[in-house]
Amino acid sequence: MFLADVIGSVVTPVAVPFLAGRVQLLVRPLTGPGKPQGRVRIALDLVGAGPGDRVLVMDEGNSGRQLCEVADAPVKTVVVAVVDSLDIDGATVYSHTDRPELETLPAKGGALR
Amino acid sequence: MLIGKVVGSVVATRKDAKLGGAKLLVVQVFDQQNKPKDQYVVAIDAVEAGVGDMVLYATGSSARQTDRTEGKPCDAVIMAVVDSWDLGGKNVYEKWA
Amino acid sequence: MHLARVLGRVVATAKYPGLEGVPLLWIQPLDENGAAAGDALVATSAISSGPGDVVSWIDGREAALTCPVHFVPVDAAILGFVEQAARLGEVVARQES
Repeated sequence: MFLADVIGSVVTPVAVPFLAGRVQLLVRPLTGPGKPQGRVRIALDLVGAGPGDRVLVMDEGNSGRQLCEVADAPVKTVVVAVVDSLDIDGATVYSHTDRPELETLPAKGGALR
Repeated sequence: MLIGKVVGSVVATRKDAKLGGAKLLVVQVFDQQNKPKDQYVVAIDAVEAGVGDMVLYATGSSARQTDRTEGKPCDAVIMAVVDSWDLGGKNVYEKWA
Repeated sequence: MHLARVLGRVVATAKYPGLEGVPLLWIQPLDENGAAAGDALVATSAISSGPGDVVSWIDGREAALTCPVHFVPVDAAILGFVEQAARLGEVVARQES
């Protein structure tokens, strides 16, 4: 499992039947202290997380299928918890109640369009 | 999966018993523009590919999902022989050209 | 699971049994801004899509579970057609279907 920030959502109206009606979030993996690490990925939401939340993400097929309770589900990346607070070496590095403002939006939006 | 060209084969007498009978081919990886990369893999062949063929190979635990590689120490398997491909509708590679 | 853009189609006649009729596509993985991230690869597809489409895809052994036969050597598969991807409330991808 790793920590991640939810930075957005993904809508796939045409997809494998398993994904129908399920919420998919864009998550940015983080180091413990909160530095981005690795590529942004899509995760299935099981806990009602949303943009701005720091979450715990499971990225392993067997676990993902167990959590979704669907045998043979093509799923790997799953949001399994919303982080309330995070302590490292006795210091609180993240608290849900006084989480930082969402980062300012980039000016170059729409690159995918 | 990645695409590569079969450039040779590997013969090894002393090897893990589970690899007995496996056809090992050397594959040079190509990019989508049909340019060779300086990257090679040794893959077990599951589709009767030969030297000169452009092939698709799968890696990781997926590579063990064939009759020939199940339960064997294998992390790359050739699973298709490529006939052609296009990029944005423009033909890039054609086997029978 | 990840985002990618479809680059082109791959044709292969000699495929591992069970993959007959399964489309093969070149895809370019994308980051959250829609910029290319990493090298292009070939994926099977569970939906019909073509060059230019933004799609979601899955890597690893789970990719084979999107194919009609599950025991096949597939390590990357397209799961769905991305109509909209929003980043912090701002739309980074939108396609008219």
